[in-house]
Amino acid sequence: MAFLKRSTGTATAPRPATGTLDSPDAPGTPDEVVARVRGHHRSFGRQHVLRGIDLDVRPGEFVALLGRSGCGKSTLLRSLARLDPVPAGEVEITGRTGVAFQEPRLLPWRTVHENVALALLNSPDRPRREELAEATLAEVGLTDKLGAWPLQLSGGQAQRVSLARALVSNPSLLLLDEPFSALDALTRIEMHQLVIELWRRHSMAVLIVTHDVDEALALADRVVVLDHGVVAHTWTVSLPRSDRAPSQPEIATTRAEILDALGVRPTPPNPKRNPLKNQGAA
Amino acid sequence: MASLDLATTPTTGALPTTPGPTRRPPRPARRNPLRLLRRWVSPVVLLGLWQALSSAGVIDERTIASPAQIFTRAVELVQDGTLGSATLTSLQRVGIGFAIGAAIGMTLAIVAGLSRIGEDAIDPPMQMLRTLPHFGLIPLFILWFGIGEQPKITLIAMGVTFPLYLNTFAGIRNIDRKTIEAARAMNLTWVQRVRHVIVPGALPQTLTGLRQSLGIAWLSLIVAETISASSGLGYMINNARDFLQTDVIVVGLAVYSLLGLATDGIVRYLEGRALAWRS
Repeated sequence: MAFLKRSTGTATAPRPATGTLDSPDAPGTPDEVVARVRGHHRSFGRQHVLRGIDLDVRPGEFVALLGRSGCGKSTLLRSLARLDPVPAGEVEITGRTGVAFQEPRLLPWRTVHENVALALLNSPDRPRREELAEATLAEVGLTDKLGAWPLQLSGGQAQRVSLARALVSNPSLLLLDEPFSALDALTRIEMHQLVIELWRRHSMAVLIVTHDVDEALALADRVVVLDHGVVAHTWTVSLPRSDRAPSQPEIATTRAEILDALGVRPTPPNPKRNPLKNQGAA
Repeated sequence: MASLDLATTPTTGALPTTPGPTRRPPRPARRNPLRLLRRWVSPVVLLGLWQALSSAGVIDERTIASPAQIFTRAVELVQDGTLGSATLTSLQRVGIGFAIGAAIGMTLAIVAGLSRIGEDAIDPPMQMLRTLPHFGLIPLFILWFGIGEQPKITLIAMGVTFPLYLNTFAGIRNIDRKTIEAARAMNLTWVQRVRHVIVPGALPQTLTGLRQSLGIAWLSLIVAETISASSGLGYMINNARDFLQTDVIVVGLAVYSLLGLATDGIVRYLEGRALAWRS
């Protein structure tokens, strides 16, 4: 199938790798990627969490990072978000990043509107932060919650605020660290649609860390599986998002392959139980 | 008020589910004026009893003066300015002592709360010193400072420093690390993180510490003034003792409690204003 390509190995991205590895600083290349990770290592004490990650994220690309617990996917996201110190040259980011975590992590003592506006405090848009925060909150459907306190919100609403806060600075790379895993199934479907909508409108690159294979297949252009601190496998998903029903043969095949790569026994997809079936995003 | 709420909630909760002709219309139980009035009955009766026993000569004036006499004396003390100047002197002591203690406690808490080195340097001695009963230091303070204003203010400042330090420090340290990290992910600078995350995050517990420390400040003042004073409410009370004026003593005590209530009320008001987000 042409929609779905599987490639294996550490340094193999589905894009032609010529030039980038040997001359990452060559003229013309900086615009090509929003994030470039080369030979990235991270260790905590004697435990090596990342053992030479190579990963490129192109502008506007939607990448899902999958892996078992402890495979280093969240550590990689933290490196990309510049939340941890990273050895020089291993992680290069072009442009701004926005981050949303598994928990909304809002400041409970600031209103919803203030929480979002704070993300623009050190941005060139600082003078317009009130109005931009309001506009972004409107995009995530929370116009009526501007003055609300975070503790008054439902889990889904709080996560929408968190998304708005990550988006308001108009990042070129949106980093999502298992952002929907704490939400109920119905809210998660709504959030998937919302993320796809926002991604289309803002055309930023998105990197989502998840342990949900179906979520990865519903959202991403590319699914990257980490294993023991390296990129183990990569799949390209080029089917339109509206055609990605779990019963779709290509999706089912890829799903089985991914589960296999994750060390899970492949199971036939059950369309009745799978909430992604009804997702209208395309 | 808390006991009132507890008493009325089950009753009102049961009302709508009780069918039948005897069902009364729901009433605002919390602000029921009759109920509020009823709560004043027993204090007034006790006061009346006290007055009656005093008038009948059962209670000796040297044991305790009658309510009417205390009231008359209070009016006198206000009119001749004694009470005003004594209160002002005492307030000033608490104010200065509190300001010094609060400045020390808060500064130490902020330094210890914001840096590991600060914590390692400041927290161990503070944890050791806080176990000292600070009233037990009075003999030392008298040796060091004599019996003027200094030992009084030092005692108040000591009493204020520790609760404020402990609560502010804990308030800073109990802020969710993940929230601070989210602020870093938003590119907030250190100063901005302190302003938008640390200070508001530590505020609830700091205000708890403020209320505790104000209570201790008043207590320290009373102890200090009772031991030795040549002015202030404590002096007024001690002086009255020498002349068996129990009415003056009661007036002084009443002013102490009113001042304590007033400062507590101020902090409660601040809490209500600053912590609206917790509702």
